[in-house]
Amino acid sequence: MTELAVHVENLLKTYGKIPAVSDISFSIREGELFGLIGPDGAGKTTTMRILCGLLSFNSGQCKVLSYDVQSQIKEIKKIIGYMPQRFSLYPDLTVSENLRFFADLFQVTPRDREERLNRLLKFSNLEPFQKRRADQLSGGMKQKLALSCTLIHTPKLLILDEPTTGVDPISRREFWEILYELKQEGVTILVSTPYMDEANKCDSVAMMHRGKILAIDSPENISDLFSDHLLEIITDELINTSNQLKELAEVKSVQIFGDKIHVTTEKVDQTIMEIRAKIPNVASIRKIEPSIEDTFIELMR
Amino acid sequence: MTMNNTSVNVHQLTKKFGNFTAVDHINFEVKQGEIFGFLGANGAGKTTTIRMLCGLLLPTSGEAWVHGFNINNDSEEIKKNIGYMSQKFSLYNDLTVEENINFYGGIYGLSSSSLKQRKEWILEKLSLIDQRKAITGEIPLGWKQRLALGCAILHNPPILFLDEPTSGVDPISRREFWALINELAQQGTTIFVTTHYMDEAEYCNRLSIMHQGKIITIDSPRTLKEEYDKATIEDVFISLVGNEERE
Repeated sequence: MTELAVHVENLLKTYGKIPAVSDISFSIREGELFGLIGPDGAGKTTTMRILCGLLSFNSGQCKVLSYDVQSQIKEIKKIIGYMPQRFSLYPDLTVSENLRFFADLFQVTPRDREERLNRLLKFSNLEPFQKRRADQLSGGMKQKLALSCTLIHTPKLLILDEPTTGVDPISRREFWEILYELKQEGVTILVSTPYMDEANKCDSVAMMHRGKILAIDSPENISDLFSDHLLEIITDELINTSNQLKELAEVKSVQIFGDKIHVTTEKVDQTIMEIRAKIPNVASIRKIEPSIEDTFIELMR
Repeated sequence: MTMNNTSVNVHQLTKKFGNFTAVDHINFEVKQGEIFGFLGANGAGKTTTIRMLCGLLLPTSGEAWVHGFNINNDSEEIKKNIGYMSQKFSLYNDLTVEENINFYGGIYGLSSSSLKQRKEWILEKLSLIDQRKAITGEIPLGWKQRLALGCAILHNPPILFLDEPTSGVDPISRREFWALINELAQQGTTIFVTTHYMDEAEYCNRLSIMHQGKIITIDSPRTLKEEYDKATIEDVFISLVGNEERE
């Protein structure tokens, strides 16, 4: 049997009367890349901070690598790496000085230190920049340095809170490549993101909204939860056409996406025929696969 | 001078900081009512360009006209004719929704009658009527975002600059936000938007991609995907800007 890296059961956390996390349950297998996907205020950070032992909770059970979060937090802290949204790098220290500082903080022995430092510098492509001060790094490089500092004590479970928010697409892609490499080495990763498209990069995702988990599954299975069908319509008269589409009986929702219109419906053929018959200025209609975001919206409603 | 239907006209615009060329002889035009996406990696020169177009920074050389006003000479006129909304919604959390609007009305120098009229229009348009007395810090992020948009368009600017406007907002709010943006554009407002999120780039009528101070491509999302034979704008972006280690 595969071990569970994280096991959360009926977790409840309230701030005053406001529930930040209401009765959620999920498990993460060892070696899994698990995504918590949801907008700001969904409860992602609260969940992560509870798992790191940084926040108490009202009720429920949380286990990390079979240790209990409430009674065995000292054991947990040795084997997890937590990268919060605002990771504190020392701006006036260089890349390698920051790494050495975190090595000292986590009591990495001097014997192991140099080897790990070199490995992390290579692995994060920060080797050419090791003498550069942290405040002189680009956003993407800062995130890689923060990740490297989080990895200095070779944790078994990595908890990353929105590591790619505000980072450009190239640095984002590079960051995910690093996560895949870590996964290859057997590290379990819990990562949160507000960006729906990043769900596809995970083995499993939990979609969170207002403290609740709307769905947990592989990204492929989550897309199957979308019960309607999605049509993409191309036209030169976006606004007129979208207003006309809203009048049609079988059309459930209409949304303009740049130079296209997306329509949801339960009956594909009937809707296409109706559009062809009633709306003249439509250049093309085709059925498209719903995105994770389309599914999320349907689950929210 | 610019033609009537040109909203932003940029000609050989250049900005140097010491030896470093942040913006390197760029040229482009944005038409009135267009949704124009301004993409680029961190450090590509986007922010410097926007600061010049908003009249906050003078160029080293080259010229640009925003709503017909020259950025070298008419920066005060430009400020009156643009709206600006950033990711960090500059709202006062301890004021009510209505008080925030009043505050911005004061900044833009609206008369009390036109403030009253614009305020009611915005509260209604952005579905914030029931929240007018709510404390801004206590309303959901999606509503704050709408309020920030409302404050940015209070003085009815012909050009709206949006700097990563929807980060972290839930997907329904995000779609409602883009529906509003489409409506503003339809009514003739020019929308100039920067984003790191490539699905938002797909909502634009036209996109430019900036790299190391230069504009390396500019066209509609559909044409760019066809031209570079990629399925998504993200793939177009990655193939153009590359995977090299950047400073």
